[in-house]
Amino acid sequence: MSSIWTVMIVVGLLTFLTRLSFVLLLERWKPPQVVRSALRYVPVAALSAIIVPELLLVNNTLDFSPGNARLIAGVIAALVAWRTKNALWTIAAGMTAFLILENFVL
Amino acid sequence: MATTNTASIKLREFLNGVKGELPILLGVAPFGMIYGVLATDAGLSALDAQAMSAVVFAGSAQFMLVQLISLGTPALVLILSGFIINLRHALYSASVAPYMKPLSPLWKVILSYMLTDEAYAVVIMHYQKDDQSEYKHWYFLGAGLTLWTCWQICTAAGIFLGAQIPPNWGLDFTLALTFIALVFPAIDDRPSLLAALSAGAVALLARGLPYKLGMIAAALVGIAVGLWSEKR
Repeated sequence: MSSIWTVMIVVGLLTFLTRLSFVLLLERWKPPQVVRSALRYVPVAALSAIIVPELLLVNNTLDFSPGNARLIAGVIAALVAWRTKNALWTIAAGMTAFLILENFVL
Repeated sequence: MATTNTASIKLREFLNGVKGELPILLGVAPFGMIYGVLATDAGLSALDAQAMSAVVFAGSAQFMLVQLISLGTPALVLILSGFIINLRHALYSASVAPYMKPLSPLWKVILSYMLTDEAYAVVIMHYQKDDQSEYKHWYFLGAGLTLWTCWQICTAAGIFLGAQIPPNWGLDFTLALTFIALVFPAIDDRPSLLAALSAGAVALLARGLPYKLGMIAAALVGIAVGLWSEKR
């Protein structure tokens, strides 16, 4: 069991250092303008890379059909997010759509 | 008077951070509990399973590690896999680094430890708002601590309730919905729209890549497309 602790501590340390990496690096190094402009797109690009597969992959295959409840609910949530900018309304609308589609429609 | 004022601004940022992180907990809680169950099933003691949530503190890495442990994977492979699957956090580190530059080393250490997907998503949107608050690290701390506490409690619940945990009623889907709530208001011009679309497309194309490397590739392509479309 002690090898599990070794793994945990080393992975924990590596994860922490990864998260700290650029925070430390930018103390000393002033990145060129192109890098600073690029940083603006990190959240939108990274989070889209998480969201899109969540909506479109069902059992690891692409599902663009209207029978995909996550896709339809996600599109509804996106519209609500865009109009209201409110997380709770977005979740409520998306979840309601998802549950209705899953249980009563599809 | 000035100090009282500063303290109340810090407290307000901290509490707003807590509040900002709350919706995401709906989606995180079932994952925390399932992790606790899987870790126990993989043969980890209650202490080991709980400690991993505090020491590694990264959901997808923890899921992968307990699955690999149950298959009897050698330690070196576990370490490498855990490291690679968490590489995407370097992107988050780069993204928050300019905002964290003025902070003391202790703040940098604490906040970096808390830089998970779910905390980053909430915190970066707050950092990118136009207001000039100097105390947004308190928001980060509030959001990070909220997520951390939830993750520890849900891990414990999974460990001790085991198979008795209730079905999650599709609650895991709320995680994707919260990310949608955060991202869509941030898509406010053509470059950011193209960045989002191209990142999403590459994430689908690269879905076969292990260790979430497809997500890193997708984010990098999205960033490049955003930059490129600024110039035309």
